[in-house]
Amino acid sequence: MGIVTGAGFSGVAGVLLRRAGQAVGVAVLVASLCFLVVRQLPGDAAFRIAAGRYGYDLVDQQAADAVRAELGLDRPAWRQLADWLLALGQGDLGTSLVTSASVAQEVGYYLLGTLQLGAVALVLAVALGGALGTLAARRPNGLLDRAVDGWVASVRALPPFLLGLLLILVFSVHLGWLPAVGHGDGVSVVLPASTLAIGLSGLFARVTRDTVVEIQRSEHVRFARTKGLGARLVLVRHVLRNAGVVLVPYVGVQAVTLIEGVVVVESLFGWQGLGHALVHAVFWRDVPVLQAAALVLALLVVGINTIVDLVGLWLDPRPRGRAVVS
Amino acid sequence: MTRMKRIAVVIATVICGTGCAAPAAERGSGANSHDDVLRVAGPFEVHSVAPAESSGLFTRLEVAETLVSSDLEGDLEPGLSADWTESADGRSWTFELPDGVTFHDDTPVTAEAAVESLQAASAEAASPLSAAPIDAIAADGDAVRIDLDKPYPSLPAVLTHYSTVVLAPGSYDEGRVTQVIGTGPYEIEEVELPARVEVTRFDGFRGDAPAIERISFQAVARAESRALMAISDQADVVFGLEPSGRQRVDESDAATMVSSLQPRSLMMKVNMQDPILEDARVREALSLALDRESMADAVLREEDLAATQLFPPSLSAWNQPDLEPLDHDEEAADALLDEAGWQEGADGVRAKGGDPLQLTLTTYPDRPELPALATAIQAELKEVGVAVDVDVTNSSEIPARHADGTLQLGLLAKHLALVTDPLVTAAETFAEQGSDWGVMGWRNDEVAEAIDDLEEGTDEATAAADRAVIATLAQQELPLIPVAWYRMNAAVSTHVDGFVMDPLERTWHLSQASWAS
Repeated sequence: MGIVTGAGFSGVAGVLLRRAGQAVGVAVLVASLCFLVVRQLPGDAAFRIAAGRYGYDLVDQQAADAVRAELGLDRPAWRQLADWLLALGQGDLGTSLVTSASVAQEVGYYLLGTLQLGAVALVLAVALGGALGTLAARRPNGLLDRAVDGWVASVRALPPFLLGLLLILVFSVHLGWLPAVGHGDGVSVVLPASTLAIGLSGLFARVTRDTVVEIQRSEHVRFARTKGLGARLVLVRHVLRNAGVVLVPYVGVQAVTLIEGVVVVESLFGWQGLGHALVHAVFWRDVPVLQAAALVLALLVVGINTIVDLVGLWLDPRPRGRAVVS
Repeated sequence: MTRMKRIAVVIATVICGTGCAAPAAERGSGANSHDDVLRVAGPFEVHSVAPAESSGLFTRLEVAETLVSSDLEGDLEPGLSADWTESADGRSWTFELPDGVTFHDDTPVTAEAAVESLQAASAEAASPLSAAPIDAIAADGDAVRIDLDKPYPSLPAVLTHYSTVVLAPGSYDEGRVTQVIGTGPYEIEEVELPARVEVTRFDGFRGDAPAIERISFQAVARAESRALMAISDQADVVFGLEPSGRQRVDESDAATMVSSLQPRSLMMKVNMQDPILEDARVREALSLALDRESMADAVLREEDLAATQLFPPSLSAWNQPDLEPLDHDEEAADALLDEAGWQEGADGVRAKGGDPLQLTLTTYPDRPELPALATAIQAELKEVGVAVDVDVTNSSEIPARHADGTLQLGLLAKHLALVTDPLVTAAETFAEQGSDWGVMGWRNDEVAEAIDDLEEGTDEATAAADRAVIATLAQQELPLIPVAWYRMNAAVSTHVDGFVMDPLERTWHLSQASWAS
């Protein structure tokens, strides 16, 4: 037992160290790239920021000049970037150029929205896709398997925008069960999360089915059956655990694309999330918010990969390299 | 809705997602129940609670009040100040404050508090108050006195603008507004920027108590989503519907459309120093080539919104009923362009000395009809051999390209009465040195004289003559080519009575609405 724990610890520490190094590198790179890309965009940043602040009825030369003076936009580019990096080193993300609110607070608010939406969508997608995939795997090429194939193809083919509108029409307009838009109360997350989840569930069902079929044919599962374990126990103890090793990294990849790909769904359902923040920050040249949002997304990718590594380590029944040697 | 019901709804959705049939629920029992909260939805997001940056949401929700207010016709009426007087030389104004009135945090409304708010507004470059010739703003007993460098009769009108609201000292933290503590009939209950604001009736309001106790505002960016909310009883008042959404509301029993002609004109700003556009014949040809009625019908779904002149009829003092209306005449346009030396080329685009008659039209998507209108203009001008590139970009590109002189044509939606008195906007629009959202490189001595005259204050007959001079010369020389007028609309639930629409968008007058019995 002691040997196993030691091996587990060094595995975990290795994962954490490697990922922490990655996180710092990614942070600096992403933030600097963001800054450079925004500098290259056409248009005068002071005017864009003024338009974001005051709206199109009030944006004019005076407002833009005032913004330029207030924010020191005349400073050379390298100094603006250096100032930002220095502040970041001290844990300060700065203030939004448009709303003058603290960026950490603002991005935190949108991040929470995206995480809520993403988490609910992921749970729904895994539950729906996993269940369909497992059911389909019970009899490969059977009727149910073919039906699931049909489901996979049709939900992959539906763009989220259209699927979202369909869901609104059915559940909100015709049945009147769920609010079409909104953010804050528990029910309003259902439609946007379902839109994302239904789209994702197809792939989950496909991958689950293939993995489960493959594992069911493997020798250790045959052995478990031979030694007299019931079908349910075999599924839970041997098939699903092994399937998890393949599926968890896959869920990780999907989680990353999910968080980056919620822009359309967020805007359709009026959900306040990072996608919304990013689009506005680009439109208004709100560089600190853009940098922080991109930074958070990059760190999120690193974070999710770390969790995937750790969960994989925990799930994988095969002993790890050094543990076997020692 | 109970917790169990919510869970049931979630489970039902999941089951339906798997393709199984689910029993139908009774309509109106779940998401659509309104309790006693009036739900308002609109496209406007709020990025900050600072008055100038709030897009006027807090005056629309009647949380904060300006010293002066206006009625539905745009005439001034008392706001927080019941009475104001102008000194004999017109260089000092005194605004009385009511006795015994408190802010929402129960602190008294004092002249000092009002002075602090107004000084903050006058220091804000985006506020119209910063353009007024103010010498000093000071407390004078229980009143606020504003001293001016020169007479400025429009001052009370400027003080109707939402950037000049009076807030309690507790609203400020280190000079910035961090919360909105006003004096209106509603007080803030919760603000979740940028999309949600909830207000509740303020019991200490000095006037009549509103019938509706609570209002929640939700910003919804997509017009499709807003239309669905209106017809499925998920919002009681929905602002800014597109033509297709309006049609859906018209066909439904849940809501009715309310609209009012706004003092806003959709127009093309013309760079008068552009080598092509400095020629009056070219400008007139561009104007003649536009079939405004068809465009208004196709894009705004209302033929009557085709502009016949710059000032819409809702600005009755400025609209000139006798002015020769803008006409559509392709042949005349062709003849003018021929005369100006632009000969038809082989590819259908006119040219002069080898240079094609090509123009860039800059516009922005904040008002959804603008890009559609821009492409319609592109198609109309192609008919007379003018090639137009449409550039849909950020709204700030119009002032930015004005500043660096690269703008040729800009399609914009100009609010002509930002501060109730259209003179303030008109003076800025026709400023001799040019204006970001007005003329570019155009000066006309008669117009300048008329504006000076109006700004200094004159008798009504002379003022009317001055306004006619401005409107007529603008129509003749076309430094701004009017395209269409604008109608603001809202879908109002049949549950709501007494909703009225302010064409100036200053307030939504929800304190006067009530639940239908």
